[in-house]
Amino acid sequence: MSETQSTPVVVADGLIKQFGRFAALRGVTGEFAAGKLYVILGDNGAGKTTLLRTIAGLAHATRGVISVLGFAHINEARSQIGYMAHPSLLYDEMSGMENLRYFSELYGIPAADVDKKCRDAINAVKLDPDLDRPVGQYSQGMRQRMSLARALLNDPKLLLLDEPFSNVDARSAAEMAVLVAQARDRGKTVFVVTHQPAQLEAYADEFIWMELGRIVDRTATRGGRQ
Amino acid sequence: MKRGFTILAIVTAVLLSFALYAALVIAPTEQTMGNVQRIFYYHVPSAWVAFELFLINFIASVFYLVRRSAKADILALVTAEVGVVFCTVVLITGPIWARPVWGIWWTWDLRLTLTLVLWLIYVSYLVLRRFSTSSQTPLLAAVLAVFGALDVPLVYFSIWFFRTQHPAPVIGGGGSLDPRMGWVLLYNWIAFMCLAWLVCWTRYRLEVAQRAVHEVEAMQSLMEGTR
Amino acid sequence: MSFLAITRATLAKDIRLEWRSKDAINAMLFFSLLVVVIFSFAFDPTAEESRRIAGGLVWVAFLFAAIVALNQTWARELRNQVLDAYRVSPAPATPLFIAKAFGNFIFVAVLEALMTPLFVAFYKLRPLGPSWQLIPIAVLGTWALVVNGTFFAAMSLRTRAREIMLPLLLFPLSIPALLGMVNSTAAVLTGETSPTFWIALLVAYDVVFTTACLLMFEAVLEAE
Repeated sequence: MSETQSTPVVVADGLIKQFGRFAALRGVTGEFAAGKLYVILGDNGAGKTTLLRTIAGLAHATRGVISVLGFAHINEARSQIGYMAHPSLLYDEMSGMENLRYFSELYGIPAADVDKKCRDAINAVKLDPDLDRPVGQYSQGMRQRMSLARALLNDPKLLLLDEPFSNVDARSAAEMAVLVAQARDRGKTVFVVTHQPAQLEAYADEFIWMELGRIVDRTATRGGRQ
Repeated sequence: MKRGFTILAIVTAVLLSFALYAALVIAPTEQTMGNVQRIFYYHVPSAWVAFELFLINFIASVFYLVRRSAKADILALVTAEVGVVFCTVVLITGPIWARPVWGIWWTWDLRLTLTLVLWLIYVSYLVLRRFSTSSQTPLLAAVLAVFGALDVPLVYFSIWFFRTQHPAPVIGGGGSLDPRMGWVLLYNWIAFMCLAWLVCWTRYRLEVAQRAVHEVEAMQSLMEGTR
Repeated sequence: MSFLAITRATLAKDIRLEWRSKDAINAMLFFSLLVVVIFSFAFDPTAEESRRIAGGLVWVAFLFAAIVALNQTWARELRNQVLDAYRVSPAPATPLFIAKAFGNFIFVAVLEALMTPLFVAFYKLRPLGPSWQLIPIAVLGTWALVVNGTFFAAMSLRTRAREIMLPLLLFPLSIPALLGMVNSTAAVLTGETSPTFWIALLVAYDVVFTTACLLMFEAVLEAE
């Protein structure tokens, strides 16, 4: 374990999440330091997505405590969280720019900056901001990238990505992996849930293995900062 | 606790059997309506008990919203269920009486309509509880109960205005009420309250036990794969 | 982040989505057209009778049609789980509710504006009372439908059989509002009585439930 000079970004203590009789999380405990790229691995049903949603404040733990970015209440942390889910979280009938303009309102981005911020976010994922096609007609890879642009829109300190590489061709996936690593390099803390750890092998700081709703192993890698 | 329950059960049984006797034998036969009027000794106490239960449901729901207490939630659930049963009794015995006396099964008068609307609201409350997929069903249910309670005065005034021509109150309206009838009615009310209390208590214990079982099952599923 | 800006942006977004897909309004229009036609076959009233029952027919048609719009508003947010994007953002829940309620109000109002002439023609209606009063009645009545409708449509997101749950939750609570709409409309059409009491009832209903919805929406939205 390396010494932790900064306060951890996410502190989870005994998180349990039950859906009826099914327990998706069965006691997740751990501290996660700032500025690192965490890759969460595990079988289907291991609780990866639920953990990510709990950090994002979308799911509320049945028991246990979680603090995100030092806040006990998730509402105070929300403006600094970027979240990308498996579905696109975009309106299919609107273009990329229209989508992002709407979401910038939700983050209270000042009207004068909205256009620039949205363009920057779209350019950052290597899409064309002037593409006037509704997102529903994008290819899967483009939609994933637009979805990532949405998550990056508010320049979050904490980035949570659920399966960003699924159904994406190899080249797009490699490009997105670079984008994710760049985000980490700019000081963001990134959690990625994925079935394709190979994509991030070169960049990850730590692999987190989940099984049956628990973290069973955490391995630091040297991939991140040589 | 257990002893209290047994005592209540015995008391209820005694009260109810005497209530039947009182209603059928002690109470005098009403002059114009005849024996069919005796259904009142079941109908009216059922209505009072149903309204009391709905009132408790409302209070428990508000308490749940403020304190998030699981006990308040169980109480709300139980009173709604038992309340709907008593309310159903009211809605069935009413027409049985009305048909021979008024010559009609149903009329849209104030109390009838209000009872029917209450019944509808609480059935939808139970349907919500059953169909909810949320992990916070108690919260949703409590919110609906509060909405229902807010609705009651509005229903009351709208029907009151809608049916200003409704038949004059049948009970307590004129001097025709024999004092013995009043006593029997009051007595039956007490017996029915005991019955409602007993049923609610049973259901409450059942629900507590059921939730405990779910808890254990959930804990077991938590323990799975620890080793 | 301003409350008003979020409300405005969400409302604009909903109207834009509806304008592009026309999911709700087409279904609503056709549905209420069917109701009007079927009612015309089911009841064959003379002009005098029709004045008396038209208030009821009109509002029942609008109520059923409104259900279509109300289910659509949240269905839109479920596609691609976009609702999560709202919930994960720092935007408070209340502007979302207000925007949705206003959006539904606009959709149902458009429907009413389009369907009313049809009703008038089919039932040969000519109000005998002061017809300007129909406007406040329509506004208050429509708001009464959509404010609780939007709320309970959000609540039924958390249930199985979502689309059927909405009417089950909404109709019992809407009875006083429905009485208010139907009777005030009938009062104006027949000119026999004054609609004042019913308009007051609608105002009370609107005030009570708008307040309740605003207070409790956040809890319902977060209750997943």
